[in-house]
Amino acid sequence: MQTQELKLNVGPQHPSTHGVLRLVMSLDGEIINDIEPVIGYLHRGMEKLAESRTYHQYLPMVDRVDYLSSFFNQESFCLAVESLAGLKVPKRAEYIRVITMEFNRIASHLMWLASFLLDLGATSPLFYAFREREDIYTLFEELTGARMMYNYYCFGGVKKDFPSGWMKKAQDLCKKMPKCFDEYEAIITNNPIFLRRTKDIGVLTKEMALDFGITGPNLRASGIDLDLRKTNSYSVYNELDFKTCLAENGDSFDRYIVRIDEMRESVKIIGQALEKIPGGTPEKLLVKKTNCGCKEESCPICGFDTKLTGKKIVPLAFKPPAGEAISQIESPRGITTCYIVSDGSPNPYRVRWRTPSFSNVQLLPELMKGKIYADLMAIFGSLDVVLPEVDR
Amino acid sequence: MYDLYLNIFNKFGLPELLAKLSWPLFPFIGVAVLLIIVVLFLVLMERKILALLTVRKGPNRVGPYGLFQTIADAIKLLIKEDIMSCETNKVLFTLAPVVVFVPTMVIYGLLPYTSNLFAINLAAGLFLILAISSISIIGLVIAGWASNNKYSLLGGMRSAAQAISYEVPFFISAIAVAILAGSMNMNEIVGQQAGGLFSWNMWPSLVGFAVFFICCIAEVNRVPFDLPEAESELVSGYNTEYTGMKFALFFLAEYAAMFIMSVLVVTLFLGGYTSPFGIYISQLFCNLVLHNQMSLNFFVGIEQAFWLIFKTYVVIFAIMWIRATLPRLKADQLMAFSWKFLLPLSLLNLVIVTVYRYFIPG
Repeated sequence: MQTQELKLNVGPQHPSTHGVLRLVMSLDGEIINDIEPVIGYLHRGMEKLAESRTYHQYLPMVDRVDYLSSFFNQESFCLAVESLAGLKVPKRAEYIRVITMEFNRIASHLMWLASFLLDLGATSPLFYAFREREDIYTLFEELTGARMMYNYYCFGGVKKDFPSGWMKKAQDLCKKMPKCFDEYEAIITNNPIFLRRTKDIGVLTKEMALDFGITGPNLRASGIDLDLRKTNSYSVYNELDFKTCLAENGDSFDRYIVRIDEMRESVKIIGQALEKIPGGTPEKLLVKKTNCGCKEESCPICGFDTKLTGKKIVPLAFKPPAGEAISQIESPRGITTCYIVSDGSPNPYRVRWRTPSFSNVQLLPELMKGKIYADLMAIFGSLDVVLPEVDR
Repeated sequence: MYDLYLNIFNKFGLPELLAKLSWPLFPFIGVAVLLIIVVLFLVLMERKILALLTVRKGPNRVGPYGLFQTIADAIKLLIKEDIMSCETNKVLFTLAPVVVFVPTMVIYGLLPYTSNLFAINLAAGLFLILAISSISIIGLVIAGWASNNKYSLLGGMRSAAQAISYEVPFFISAIAVAILAGSMNMNEIVGQQAGGLFSWNMWPSLVGFAVFFICCIAEVNRVPFDLPEAESELVSGYNTEYTGMKFALFFLAEYAAMFIMSVLVVTLFLGGYTSPFGIYISQLFCNLVLHNQMSLNFFVGIEQAFWLIFKTYVVIFAIMWIRATLPRLKADQLMAFSWKFLLPLSLLNLVIVTVYRYFIPG
């Protein structure tokens, strides 16, 4: 009997390519012989656009690099600009940044959980994950006025303080969320079908992970302990107690477990940060400031620590000195790097983003060779690829 | 009824042959109307139940409690443009939904709804139902092939592979029921379970019941066995290229098949239209309160239909519940599950039932 290889073109419009990824596959029956990811359908020229804009004009656009973790992109860009211009960030602003970022990490992981399980054919987890994600987004909306593109950080701090009552709501949510994670785990983690679909599927060995420059939960699922929050401890992460979540095998199931654990850790971080934040709630801070009224820089109540921004910056006159700066932060998908070259003008000379999803996509041909077509979803879904981040 | 119909023809002097030929039209219309009503509300029920299980409200805009939502959907499907891409095999493409739909409709006529309400009462009813239910798979393969779409082709092939592997344990566990009843007549199978909850076939052939139920879900391509139309992999599987009424026929057939399979589970294992208490409530009612034996048949008929529908919807609810809970299996796991697990179990069940019947004759 004459057989023929089937060329299947999955995407760019396909229910489970998470946006506009195109995969050109050669199928032998249902076995994948070869797979080639074609990227670039969501290229918006994020890096080039920066060159014709001032730093302040570019700041709102940064949110769009990865729309599921906007705070992280802002943090990355702000960190780079701050180190370039030598701006100091007040403690309170750092804490606010950590709280919002960790909430964002949970929201991003929840989105991943929903789409991963949907790819595997289970529809219900989507709605349950979105229930909690909605709670988080409501908080964000109250804080920043936007649900996805926040534009909340600024160079040297954050734009606004928490609204009144926000911290209480955040604390309540932190208490509620671990129970919700238990709920997901009850229905997913011990589900025999889920285990069979993900255990020993798409094993990413340590060597391969290092070769491909994989970072974030995918790397930690392979057993390599690299979490920039621990190793680099940018912002105020060194004052907070949390552990790095690791797994051993590097299969799809481990990537799932690591992300679930990370969400639990994030909840812990938020809980601590809400307690440790200098000045406490904005209402109490206002009362304390009025009572103290010393206006000294070193005062723990009304000094630099409880400010929202460091130095006042006039956007039009903002010209960082010539030089270059790089910032690396641990985003939900891995290490997001922002590299800025300044020539002393109001516009950056060059901005370069290094995003983790780009490396993750390149893994597909290696992981998919010889697997069944149905495994594509179990592997691709577990890598947590966000397409705008790949193309930028 | 048939005599009455014949009388009308005689009265007007029309030939008797015409009456004979046109008589089957009535059960056909009855079945078609029943099928469409069942499916319309089955879809609504599924959406409502899924909404309940996934913390949503479900359809609630069209009509009270969204009751007319599926009717609106049906109208939308009816008035849609019928698109056919250029290199499809037009004959097969049009034929496929019909091949899927017609067998399901025929089976509706073969099922006993009460002890008196059935379109055709055959000696080998069970055999015919199982045989006809396999035909619709051919329609899916045709649809996959004729669509000239690679996703459809994969979906069609998957459904064929799935059907081949699941029909073997499906049939073997149905044979166990035939052994228990000593007959293949659907009415006799039900009549033999008339003694209430504990005389149901479910008990002697508990394993067979489980196997049969799982195979039913696989037969109607529902989660966790919905590989032929796995959305995240094959877009929509065999019906990717279908639009408008042709798609609606697939849709209709899918839900109709789900209803049939549930009725089949109930009829074969859960006592069919008989009361779980062993005695009909309406019988008691007629004897003790009304003292009227004339109306007995009427009331018993209604009660039997009620029990059948009630049990069927319990089974359907279970199927929907499973859909809301489980992820999808992989093709090779599905095969392994069928051949290595379900088939030995169903054979074991056959042995158990045979031994049971040998020592405790029915």
